[in-house]
Amino acid sequence: MTTDSKAKPKATEQRLEEIRESARRVAPPPPPEIAVKTATGAASAAETGYYGLPLLKPPTWTWEVPLYVFLGGIAGTSACIAFAALAFQAPTNLIRFALWMGLIGAAICPALLISDLGRPERFLNMLRVFKWRSPMSMGSWTLVGFSGSVFLAVVAIELVVRGYTQPAIVTILWLAQITAALTGLLLASYTGVLIGATAIPVWHQHRTLLPAHFLTSGLGGAVGILELAGFLIPATQILGFATSGVETVIEIYLTVRKGVADKPLHHGVSGGTLRVAGMLEGPVALLIRAVWHAEPWGRYAAAICFLLGALMSRYAWIWAGRESSHDTGTLFQLQRGERHA
Amino acid sequence: MPTTAFLTDATICIGCKACEVACKEWNEVPEDGYVWSGLSYDNTQSLGASTWRHVLFLEQPLAAGPQVADTSDPFRWVFLSDVCKHCANAGCLEACPTGSIVRTEFGGVFVQKDICNGCGYCVVSCPFGVIDKRYHDDGRAFKCTFCYDRQKVGLMPACATACPTQSIQFGEVGELKQRGKNRVAELKARGYGDARLYDPTETSVGGIHAISVILGEPEAYNLPPMPEVPTSYLKSAWTSAFVSAAILMAVVLAAFAMRP
Repeated sequence: MTTDSKAKPKATEQRLEEIRESARRVAPPPPPEIAVKTATGAASAAETGYYGLPLLKPPTWTWEVPLYVFLGGIAGTSACIAFAALAFQAPTNLIRFALWMGLIGAAICPALLISDLGRPERFLNMLRVFKWRSPMSMGSWTLVGFSGSVFLAVVAIELVVRGYTQPAIVTILWLAQITAALTGLLLASYTGVLIGATAIPVWHQHRTLLPAHFLTSGLGGAVGILELAGFLIPATQILGFATSGVETVIEIYLTVRKGVADKPLHHGVSGGTLRVAGMLEGPVALLIRAVWHAEPWGRYAAAICFLLGALMSRYAWIWAGRESSHDTGTLFQLQRGERHA
Repeated sequence: MPTTAFLTDATICIGCKACEVACKEWNEVPEDGYVWSGLSYDNTQSLGASTWRHVLFLEQPLAAGPQVADTSDPFRWVFLSDVCKHCANAGCLEACPTGSIVRTEFGGVFVQKDICNGCGYCVVSCPFGVIDKRYHDDGRAFKCTFCYDRQKVGLMPACATACPTQSIQFGEVGELKQRGKNRVAELKARGYGDARLYDPTETSVGGIHAISVILGEPEAYNLPPMPEVPTSYLKSAWTSAFVSAAILMAVVLAAFAMRP
């Protein structure tokens, strides 16, 4: 074990003795700036906690992390699209485009994560251990696995389109695409598990919704980019309907549900952003797609709405976590067994 | 090696903050700002990256317990030195992706600062809101080390050594739990009806290695009444992830299988 804890010549036993003796002997004079509050109200009570100060620490993550969750979702699910396209002999240019989306995402994602670290130069420490019980560790390994397999898949498909269709290369393409799709599914969903398995009430109360929402939202985003790139095929239309349909259900669920920890999902900047995000990803995208399903611009508009909503939703969820960490009263309510407001 | 623990007794704490000073000096913890909070004599307000011992000053309109002399209203003034709980199932340790946070041979939870890369996942995984990142100057996560260096050479942690009233006691965990129970019984017999031992063993945290004798509800001390280790949420979250992923893959395959 490395410890950093070699006894240094710092404070000594004698110094600790001095601190104790002076604390015992000298009653410090009350500083004039502080008046002892008279007992007018409960400064510390079971309902409000200690002076209403936050019990939990807020998330330390900066702007890179929600953007990573957004891009990771798109990159991961685009590998799933690429695999389905390969399996059912969709046009090769679609497979190529989707795989390149995955690869570009896999290149941006680590950069975002590393720049969020307090000690970026130590990013490789993420691969120092393999911990099943830490979603952050699993996520790091997933990202490594995804990057490797999607890179291999891109190399293979680029060889195939240039006429190198030897069985070995085709086999590698298939294996790499299967691995990319599987790790892609993990990449798009583990972020929901990661924030769901924390002490932050609004996150852990929605720990089953979050992975499903992030996956759906990631897929809808990937489909949106494909449509904007001109792939206006039936498959992207079907998936566009499916994802905005599911997001509509999630939006209704969040609006109707009155969980005790849900305040930051309805109020303030996080709540407002989440409402707009949910509307854009859900009903607005669905409606535009339904009414103008035959028009290319209708599909472009639906895609743009969905992408915008998906991006906003990631920021809203992280902001909601920050709000939730300050709300000590709700934490106590939850721990006393009150689940609904 | 025996599992060691703190027993901090709010009923004999005099609020002198010798523990805070000793901790800072011994562990060379940076200052946390010279600001009067206006919240009684508490100027550090909570545990954090640079506050590893935190003395709480509770002011309550209650007639039971230690009273302030110069007011006619009921005014109870209680002090408690709070610290990292060194949980039996520690959220920070479980969450740490680098293996920087480890369990020592004394049962304490220790951050190896040469390994921490400041990812911040431990910060949101602590149900007690203890560990935090030092933002501007350092970037890594810090908390009480349980004076691992001192314990290794057979010394008491600095805070317990400097405590002038033995409000902070240090010893073997089982023995201290028994001592805490005895103390609560004694306090109750003396008329402190709301004395209790704060030791949440009935939750997924599975007990803590820094227990306290307190007066009144734990919530008033910002101590969570039912802390849960976040790993207890993993099963349902991963189940949702796998089920959703399977459905999603099936839907994507179906979408491409359909021929116009």
